[in-house]
Amino acid sequence: MTTPEHTSAIPLQVLDHNDVFRDEVYQEQFENKREFENAASKEEVERVLQWTRTWEYREKNFARESLSVNPAKACQPLGAVLAGLGFEGTLPLVHGSQGCVSYFRSHFARHFKEPVPAASTSMTEDAAVFGGINNLVEAMDNMSALYKPKHIAVSTTCMAEVIGEDLFAYIGAAREQEAISQDFPVSYAHTPSFVGSHINGYDVMLKGILDSLSKSPDADASKIEKTDKVRLNIIPGFDTYVGNHREYRRMLELMGVDPIILGDHSASLDSPADGEYDLYPGGTTLVDGAQAKFNRASFILQESTLRRTAELIKDVWKQELVTLETPIGVTGTDAFVTAVARTADVKVPAELTLERGRLVDAITDSSAYVHGKRVAIAGDPDLVVALTRFVLELGMVPVHIVSTNADSTFKARMEKVLSASKFGDAATVWPEKDLWHLRSLVFTEPVDLLIGSMQLKWIGRETDTPLFRVGFPIFDRHHLHRFPIIGYTGGLHLVTGLVNTILDELDRKAPAHSYDAVR
Amino acid sequence: MTTTPVPTRAETEAMIADVLAQYPKKAAKFRAKHIKANDPEGSKECEVKSNIKSRPGVMTIRGCSYAGSKGVVWGPVKDMVTISHGPVGCGQYSWATRRNYAHGHLGVNNWTAMQVTTDFQEKDIVFGGDTKLEQVLDEIVDLFPLAKGISVQSECPIGLIGDDIEAVAKKSSKKLGLPIIPVRCEGFRGVSQSLGHHIANDAVRDHVLGTGEGTFEQTDYDVALIGDYNIGGDVWASRRILEEMGLRVIAQWSGDGTINEMASTHLSKLNLIHCYRSMNYICTTMEERYNTPWTEFNFFGPSKIISSMRKIAEFFDDEIKAKTEAAIARYQVRFDEIIKAFRPRLEGKRVMLAIGGLRPRHTIGAYEDLGMEVIGTGYEFAHKDDYTRTYGMLKEGVVLYDDPTAFEVEEFAKHLKPDLMGAGVKEKYVFHKMGIPFRQMHSWDYSGPYHGVDGFAVFARDMDQAVNSPTWDLLEAPWSKAGEVA
Repeated sequence: MTTPEHTSAIPLQVLDHNDVFRDEVYQEQFENKREFENAASKEEVERVLQWTRTWEYREKNFARESLSVNPAKACQPLGAVLAGLGFEGTLPLVHGSQGCVSYFRSHFARHFKEPVPAASTSMTEDAAVFGGINNLVEAMDNMSALYKPKHIAVSTTCMAEVIGEDLFAYIGAAREQEAISQDFPVSYAHTPSFVGSHINGYDVMLKGILDSLSKSPDADASKIEKTDKVRLNIIPGFDTYVGNHREYRRMLELMGVDPIILGDHSASLDSPADGEYDLYPGGTTLVDGAQAKFNRASFILQESTLRRTAELIKDVWKQELVTLETPIGVTGTDAFVTAVARTADVKVPAELTLERGRLVDAITDSSAYVHGKRVAIAGDPDLVVALTRFVLELGMVPVHIVSTNADSTFKARMEKVLSASKFGDAATVWPEKDLWHLRSLVFTEPVDLLIGSMQLKWIGRETDTPLFRVGFPIFDRHHLHRFPIIGYTGGLHLVTGLVNTILDELDRKAPAHSYDAVR
Repeated sequence: MTTTPVPTRAETEAMIADVLAQYPKKAAKFRAKHIKANDPEGSKECEVKSNIKSRPGVMTIRGCSYAGSKGVVWGPVKDMVTISHGPVGCGQYSWATRRNYAHGHLGVNNWTAMQVTTDFQEKDIVFGGDTKLEQVLDEIVDLFPLAKGISVQSECPIGLIGDDIEAVAKKSSKKLGLPIIPVRCEGFRGVSQSLGHHIANDAVRDHVLGTGEGTFEQTDYDVALIGDYNIGGDVWASRRILEEMGLRVIAQWSGDGTINEMASTHLSKLNLIHCYRSMNYICTTMEERYNTPWTEFNFFGPSKIISSMRKIAEFFDDEIKAKTEAAIARYQVRFDEIIKAFRPRLEGKRVMLAIGGLRPRHTIGAYEDLGMEVIGTGYEFAHKDDYTRTYGMLKEGVVLYDDPTAFEVEEFAKHLKPDLMGAGVKEKYVFHKMGIPFRQMHSWDYSGPYHGVDGFAVFARDMDQAVNSPTWDLLEAPWSKAGEVA
């Protein structure tokens, strides 16, 4: 036991669920309980367990057409809530059943370890029959009184979408009934859960917010604060790394560019503990959102995620649009920095070149340990594309690439990335497959490392493969989201995590003679 | 130690009025019925209204029917596959987050910490999802041959698009030769998780209860442990006590439970219910159908554990009573040790709670055993019978709030300045920012068990860890302290 029995601060040694049930009283209890379970024999369970790890099972598993097991995706309104949290004084409101909002709030709270304000219109049976107009109007009235938002971002649950709720009309009614004033900013998006995934919900809500803000009275070119710097819009997308938002800002400021991050939830999802709870600790200002269309260009950094937002910028704003892979790793960041420098007509400062050099230095230092390591990668499509490019850069060998919420363009994008590297030959790309598929893949064709969310942890344990956690959700490790994974600094965090995960594993499994002091 | 006394009824009423004044008129009038200063006598004017719709936009902490059925009742049954039937989200958000511990290999003979869904797409909404459901059931049996049954947990769209999951379940059950239970727990039904519990209980009643063929020999000491979801191992710690009293637990509902146990529970001589709110329905059913008596018990903290053990022993012979007393004597040694260690560190500390199920009242005794006092409590989804069980447990003037909003919980905490707040993950981080020690009292903050003798030690340790953490002293920067110049 590692906890001391008695100190002034730890007065008694206590065993919790990790240890207490190892006691033989409990072991006997568990054994005796089997009598009442009518359970399969241990031999039968072992036989089936081993069978689920075979090629035969893999084929059966891949033959399924309708069943989804451990899919790595969530639903649209979750993304819509995140989009709302990226703007100053904004309270997300989700129209439909209230349980959904409790789920969104808990889901994000478990990942970010932060409060997640969002309200529901709490529709029940009667609203399912008569429509939820009164629910939406009263919701706005109550939200305004209790939580005093500056802006409300409305999305929908599947219940509201199935019965065909008309948000535009309802918001109009809320103004008419004076739940909110005529000019109170409200954005909205329809986000049916049975279409796409959380990334699409993020996209349409962001588009809705930008669309409404860019039509507000603040969207007036004459009101723009004068600056001698070029303003660029940076649109990270469904990006759960608040460190990324800060890193984008830092990099652009270093380059002498004025960055406007559209959808900056780094304040609302990483606020200080200082004795006061602030419901609205920051975000993209509504004025910045309104004036974004006048800036020189918009950078879309999650291509699959931000399709509808990109359309708004290109077709409605008629603004220059730069679409890039998420800038992860050296070449990814190079492309980003180059594009920013070109678009803003600025030089890349020596400091960034120095940071680049440090990242390359770190990679060369660690190269021997990551080179040739076989990896499986899973997650949202844009993240997976960028991560794959990064691991190729390191000389790792991607083997299984799974993205449950990828669309038809994913394979082609991945082929492009994979074919650009000698290390890309071994990879198979699995759009729309879930993590039960991935389990079969890893059992039949083992890898050295898993890269993805916490949801891969069961595969990791069962196949005895270390998991390097990147993406969303990560409920079981702390603070990872506070650090960037984009840019040269982010590359440094990633390579540090990757190589040390591999080294930890190496140490854990090393025979005594190879348990080296120097690695 | 100096402590602020519990406010008087008049003071609490003034505080409530203060908070309600910030609501729009309609919502204020509504909320006023749900927030009262306690009268231990349970007088009419202090009666808390409950189980009524939440007001839109107030940020209720409640969930839905699906959460009550899938998340609470059915999800923990380990040898059944639980289908989240509808779009992907509901099953995703409730995947493995409730910590219903269970033995077995995931995907082989245990499906608790998995997300199995029909993942509805637009075409399923337009053309209906029955065909897809039927295919999903076939594929489950194909991939998971040791599954002992399947439950179909309806998400919102199912009831709105007119799917006939009962027909599909019946047909497939016959074809596949295993129980398939359709559950109409669409999230828009009812006002909270509570209706989901009821619907789930009814589904057990209609499809499972009494179907067990008796896979074991009966004894006079057979009991069922009902309404314990084995969060952090709770049910195991509780079962240990019952076994040490000489009783034999033939069924666990539903933490680490199996369909065979539920199907055989009609053979129980006494049903013991911990979470009254979520499973009183099935106890009443068994009483009516099989004349099985049932009794509530409380395994949080020494006082309640001991009185509950004696209450349960009363149903049995002297042998059981003697074993019970012997067990109590053994436990007392451990209880004394725990209390000696932690009580001096927690004495006089004031606790606010906002939780679901049974905990807003069931944990009061455990806090009191540690010298702590509950100065405000409330339920997410209680009914009247929960409040009638609560009034007498608390002092006059303690604030009671039903279905409290995020706003209220925060405002009451600002007024009352508790030394410890116990609520859920949605509330947790608000209080971290405010510098108020906090424990999640749904998930035990990833700790546990909290039930039973072994659980009380963990409970005491965790409350001490929260209240006496040195981190709370770090909140204020030295240069921001009052009177000092930045």
